[in-house]
Amino acid sequence: MALPELEPGVLPPGAERLRGEVRDFLATTDFEPRCDSWLTGTDPEFSRALGARGWLGMTLPEEYGGHGRSPLERFVVIEELLAIGAPVGAHWIADRQMGPSVLANGTEEQKRRFLPAIARGECFFAIGMSEPDSGSDLASVRTRAERGADGRWRLTGTKVWTSGAHIAHAMVVLARSTPGATRHEGLSQFIVELPADGVTIRPIPGLSGEHHFNEVVFDGAPAELLGAEGDGWRQVTAELAYERSGPERFLSTFALVRLLCSLSPGVASGRLLGRLWALRQASLAVAGALAEGRTPDLEAAMVKDLGTRFEREVIDVARDQLAVEPDPTSPDQAARLLAQAVVQSPGFTLRGGTNEILRTIIARGLGVR
Amino acid sequence: MELLEETAHAVFAEDDPWAALLETGLTGVGVPEDAGGSGGDLADVGVLLRVQGYHGAAVPLAETILAGRLLAATVHTVPPGALTVVPGRFARRIPWASEAYRLVVLHRGRAAIVDPQDVQILPGTNVAGEPRDDVTVASDQAAVECPVSAEQVMLRGALFRAVQMSGAMRRVLDRSVQYAGEREQFGRPIGRFQAVQQQLAELAAEVTVADVAVKAALRVPDDEFAVGAAKLNASRAAGAVADLAHQVHGAIGVTSEHPLGALTKRLWAWREEFGGEVYWARRLGELGRMPWNAVSRTEGEPATVTW
Repeated sequence: MALPELEPGVLPPGAERLRGEVRDFLATTDFEPRCDSWLTGTDPEFSRALGARGWLGMTLPEEYGGHGRSPLERFVVIEELLAIGAPVGAHWIADRQMGPSVLANGTEEQKRRFLPAIARGECFFAIGMSEPDSGSDLASVRTRAERGADGRWRLTGTKVWTSGAHIAHAMVVLARSTPGATRHEGLSQFIVELPADGVTIRPIPGLSGEHHFNEVVFDGAPAELLGAEGDGWRQVTAELAYERSGPERFLSTFALVRLLCSLSPGVASGRLLGRLWALRQASLAVAGALAEGRTPDLEAAMVKDLGTRFEREVIDVARDQLAVEPDPTSPDQAARLLAQAVVQSPGFTLRGGTNEILRTIIARGLGVR
Repeated sequence: MELLEETAHAVFAEDDPWAALLETGLTGVGVPEDAGGSGGDLADVGVLLRVQGYHGAAVPLAETILAGRLLAATVHTVPPGALTVVPGRFARRIPWASEAYRLVVLHRGRAAIVDPQDVQILPGTNVAGEPRDDVTVASDQAAVECPVSAEQVMLRGALFRAVQMSGAMRRVLDRSVQYAGEREQFGRPIGRFQAVQQQLAELAAEVTVADVAVKAALRVPDDEFAVGAAKLNASRAAGAVADLAHQVHGAIGVTSEHPLGALTKRLWAWREEFGGEVYWARRLGELGRMPWNAVSRTEGEPATVTW
């Protein structure tokens, strides 16, 4: 059999108690459930409340302000937050990947500066990867990092589609640190604390006019190296399995599923639930493999491919069953959720690597190329 | 478990796999030894049926084990040879009834072991050519009280079919990847073309997700939501997997000599048996009015499986 096989993920003892605690918290906290809440639901106060309960930076060591919990316990917390459509967008990037990345690659001083603040919900991160001429072909980035006579790094270039840069306290940037190097060579990761001299952040309004994406222009902006010089490509790709297989890749439209199951339970809602159950098992299995120190990159890409297409399937089923026109300002919750989902839906299969790029990676893993 | 898997692969490679299964006692896997079986649990049954699916073997193995486990929980003795459960006195599409050594007939909470000669059989087949017969049983069969209901048989049967499908889908993937690497057109293997790569990647994703879902369901075999969801997803995936594999194989795959068809015809048949997508979707819709509770629920310790 060609592919390595996934075994089901098993939640640790105490996971269900933790789930209950999260549900209790959510039941007594005021917010408006929405679709795609991990991208568009921004509420710094909510993020700090999660931090106060120990639900951010869960897997970070206690000596850095984290909570020493397992990745599977974090899985339980984030799937509860996503399923109810809670506003987790402000801290999402910091909690999901910058905490683990700073822990793996940062200096002792960087760990002490960033990790406790991430765990408190007081340090939000943005990620600068794509550029005007570099989308799917990420290795073609042109943002330059140059080290001055004082030994300090400065960045020059432009990043686009940078989620939440306007509210972030820091941004991680992939830049070329070796002049003349091509493709995967000579790339490094840098951290820029925001706001900073030489950094201009401009909104790129989304389809519904909301301010979520930004263009971030660096004009000799001061930056600090994250990890080893020239190791940027390896560091970035090491984050991918975490980024691609989580429950945010199949729960972005779950608020609609919930509505459908209560308003119109039947064959259509049952079909979605069966598929969703299977996708969650696959995601949980990838999380379990990651927790054991394996790198199930192909399987993570598969979860994202099928999961994000499921998110869109939910919209079509909801349109069939609910017979309501999408309206972002409607007093009818169904109309509002449908409007949020429809307008966000093109992004589902673009962000985190387009599904076509993912399938190319999977095919290569299968041995055909 | 690995030994069982190896043994099973060897047995299914034989010319007459059913004779080899009987001879090696593999038809009694999952049936307690004191009832005449070979011992082992449902995890072992899962390994065995997955290998059967992988080989696309036309044998009443799942049916014999299902009936054997039911009898072991009822009368503690299991007849030798092919068995199948008939869940009612007027039952349709019963797998392998016309070729079974004995039928296990359920009726109003009671079970009877019946010779197929003593019932009325209207033969039928599925698209893979396996017997699927309508069975009518006279009312005078001696019967004993049975702790297993027809609904429980349906659920266990759905789990077994889902396992068989996961094995068949895995083989379809293996064959498709191999073919795409060997078949040359325009001067290169067709697997070099991105259009074909995209299809293989989607095929692999469907197979991988279906497989892990089935394995997860095997751990909670009496959980109707989990088993129903795994069967529903396997049935859904089977359609996509068969379409993609045939498209990759081109015309050679639709000839009866080519081995792909033995797998895809079983997938097309099995996806409808013991409940297709609509059957299980209706059940999940009823069970899932609190959808997140239903999807995220996990049992503490695995419940004791009684049959």
